[in-house]
Amino acid sequence: MNYITSSLKIVGTRPVRPDGVDKVTGRAVFAADTRASGMLWGKVLRSPHAHARIVSIDTSKAEALKGVYAVVTAADFPEIPSEEAFVGEGPMNFRDLALNCMARTKVLYEGHALGAVAASTQAIADEALALIDVKYEILPHVIDVEEAMAADAPILHDDMFTTGVDPKPTKPSNIAKVVTFRKGDVEAGFKEADVIIEGRYTTQPVHQAYIEPHACLATYASDGQVQIHSSSQGHFMVRAYTAKLLGLNMSDIRVNPAEIGGGFGGKTLVYLEPLAVALSKKSGRTVKMQMTREDVFRASGPTSGAAVEVKLGAKKDGTIVAAKQVLKYQAGAFAGSPIGPGCMCGFAMYDLPNVDVVGYDVVSNRPKVAAYRAPGAPITSFAVESAMDDLALKLGIDALTLREKNAAKNGTKTHYGPTHQNIGFTAVLAAVKSHPHWKSPLKPGQGRGLATGFWFNIGGESTALVHVNEDGSVTAATGSPDIGGSRASIGMMVAEVLGVPASAVRTIVADTASIGFTHLTGGSRVTFATGMAATQAAEKVVEDLKRRAAQIWDIPVEAVEWNDGMAYPAGSNAGEFEPLGLAELALKAARTGGPIQAEVSVNAQGAGPGFGAHICDVTVDKETGHVTIERYTAIQDVGKAIHPSYVEGQIQGGAAQGIGWALNEEYIYNDKGQMENAGFLDYRVPVASDVPMIEAVLVEVPNPRHPFGARGVGEVPIVPPMAAIANAIRGATGLRMPDLPMSPPKVRAAFDAAG
Amino acid sequence: MAKQYVSATINGESSEFLCETQQTLLDVLRDVIGLTGSKEGCASGDCGACSVIMDGRLVCSCLVLGVEAEGSEITTIEGIAEGEKLHPVQQKFLEHAALQCGFCTPGLIVATKALLDENPNPTETEARYWLAGNLCRCTGYDKIIRAVMDAAAEMRGETVA
Repeated sequence: MNYITSSLKIVGTRPVRPDGVDKVTGRAVFAADTRASGMLWGKVLRSPHAHARIVSIDTSKAEALKGVYAVVTAADFPEIPSEEAFVGEGPMNFRDLALNCMARTKVLYEGHALGAVAASTQAIADEALALIDVKYEILPHVIDVEEAMAADAPILHDDMFTTGVDPKPTKPSNIAKVVTFRKGDVEAGFKEADVIIEGRYTTQPVHQAYIEPHACLATYASDGQVQIHSSSQGHFMVRAYTAKLLGLNMSDIRVNPAEIGGGFGGKTLVYLEPLAVALSKKSGRTVKMQMTREDVFRASGPTSGAAVEVKLGAKKDGTIVAAKQVLKYQAGAFAGSPIGPGCMCGFAMYDLPNVDVVGYDVVSNRPKVAAYRAPGAPITSFAVESAMDDLALKLGIDALTLREKNAAKNGTKTHYGPTHQNIGFTAVLAAVKSHPHWKSPLKPGQGRGLATGFWFNIGGESTALVHVNEDGSVTAATGSPDIGGSRASIGMMVAEVLGVPASAVRTIVADTASIGFTHLTGGSRVTFATGMAATQAAEKVVEDLKRRAAQIWDIPVEAVEWNDGMAYPAGSNAGEFEPLGLAELALKAARTGGPIQAEVSVNAQGAGPGFGAHICDVTVDKETGHVTIERYTAIQDVGKAIHPSYVEGQIQGGAAQGIGWALNEEYIYNDKGQMENAGFLDYRVPVASDVPMIEAVLVEVPNPRHPFGARGVGEVPIVPPMAAIANAIRGATGLRMPDLPMSPPKVRAAFDAAG
Repeated sequence: MAKQYVSATINGESSEFLCETQQTLLDVLRDVIGLTGSKEGCASGDCGACSVIMDGRLVCSCLVLGVEAEGSEITTIEGIAEGEKLHPVQQKFLEHAALQCGFCTPGLIVATKALLDENPNPTETEARYWLAGNLCRCTGYDKIIRAVMDAAAEMRGETVA
């Protein structure tokens, strides 16, 4: 059923979330909060070198230390052949993930795991790590993406031959693949252009920087049954990877999803779980592991840094006739940067006749990248939306008008294939135009920037279960870890269909043995896909309840209506009966067919793409180079906001992460390829005093493929901020800042260079 | 080295524990006493997820040694509510949806209580600077600051429209 035009009672309101009280009282159980009897502490030995061959590992002294119960190295894990992975988010190879969890012959970045110990205390585990004797042959390393592409660069993988080029190369390279997208004739387009803009932009790797470090608790029992409690964006993902990396059956592994303390894409793969299981198997004890903040920075995935070139050609009236982009994305030590989305998202907001995009996926001696909120899109959009600003300036056209003139609409064919349908980009631009922020005059010294962004959003496989309990109360279970309030939105959709208050539905996240397969929480898919499964499950329950009422009243099921949580006879012809509510029907369940519940699995298609536009005002301190965000407005097409507070929260949080990406965050390396700022003091994420209130404006262009019209909302908001801020700095100072982060030293240097 | 005996008042109850000399108060709270509401996000005093109030002062419990707790009075997130009755700060965090993942929330609530104990009528800027030691990566702080200001108003007995 579709409720887009229905009058809704629950969806669109702002109830308190079902897991709220636990989280404000400290009762919520995150992965590091779990304990088990006889538990050991597991710790990881990490490479101090950026690139080295492992000549030998001697663990005998560590094993002999009192209190040490197990030591594992790659020798304790099966060797995994190269195979495209079927889980996770973004491109992944099982062999690469296995080698990322435990290096076998070479360490490829500082922080790369090459051993692990389990001991009775953390102090003994640390002592044991120091006793492991590793002989390294240090190899030349490469950190920068363009240096890694050079012909004489140190090669990370002898068997990496660039794919996507013809003929197939004969020499190994750090370029894992080349991606190309072409539409029309870009060179002919540039010939038609009256104005051409060219720019080169660089971005730095930034970490998702969830506040909760990765953690897990694992038990391998002597009968081969494995239990894992862990913090992840997908417990089915943890099960699949752990099974694969250890050669176990999935049915022998049960993964319990702990509360997750932030992920943003960074918890869509495993680091610790296979190690903890291996240590547990060897020691016969439960093993708890948690990363330090340093480990998180050095060894878990940031997103790519990149170098991006953009060329735009336009007619005098602002019509863009040609657009070209070259993107070089860092993948970290293993192939798999988000270069694909990078190539697709930059120009996805516009209707362009001639497009040429080439992308490179490049390995270097950095931690393997992981997904980060709209993976790949913020980088490419920083470049394109900065160039759009320069183009507007050169044409003498207002930044908004230029975008309106070229905006993608329903029916616009993208350069990567699909044709946009049911999109809300023009509605978003109209909302910019009418917003008081856009119309307000700037104060002296301030600059205003505008930038837009796009993300596909995804659907995919999800399972949801709705139970009417014996007393008529309702439990909804799904397989989607709740990373930002999805229990609230799922419960609300179920409540709406059942016609009961939101508080009458308790939503939980069920473990891998208790519910059907559900793809991980990522791609902004949960409210869309899991919401669709939950809605359908609730509808099945309503149908069943109507059937039961019909049976009790002995009338045809067609003569029963369901309204506000009660079964009614459809009209006076149907008979005179007192309505039956959930409690009455639950009480009679045994006599009307047994337990009342429905489980629905879907492979949801039609996740509507999302578009956003951000307006930002800044002032820039010429003395220090410090940029102050004075006002920030984020406008986004959200389809339908199920719980508007959490939709706003996604937008505000994404914008703040973008502000950090724009102004402060970066990985700083020394000449040995070691990270020098692996902590929150020196890797500076935005704090409360760095940002103003962030106004989130919800534009609702319903997605017809979702029962309530929802689209994914979590990823779009991190796409526009970098260019919005760069364009605002340009407005305030006349300086184009093409390199992120636009930190005080860089801004100050730009002032100095400009004289 | 032998463990040290420490006696302190935690959330209003007298508490005795043994701890290693190098163990932090955070480790003691979590691993010895079993109060896991205080979180470890960095162990270096940069994220504030382990915030507790010690003798009236807001501290990162990861920067305090367990032995330093001797004779002190400590309030953790578990001691903010009065039984089942939530503190106004907790209530306002819920009403304003001022949390997403909830990991930084205990530290932020403790830090906010400490702010309002000291300054019942903070400006938005004062609230933002006071809470600058508590990182939240999910919310962009907007709804947190609204919850803090609303809780302050309610605790002053004002009603906010």
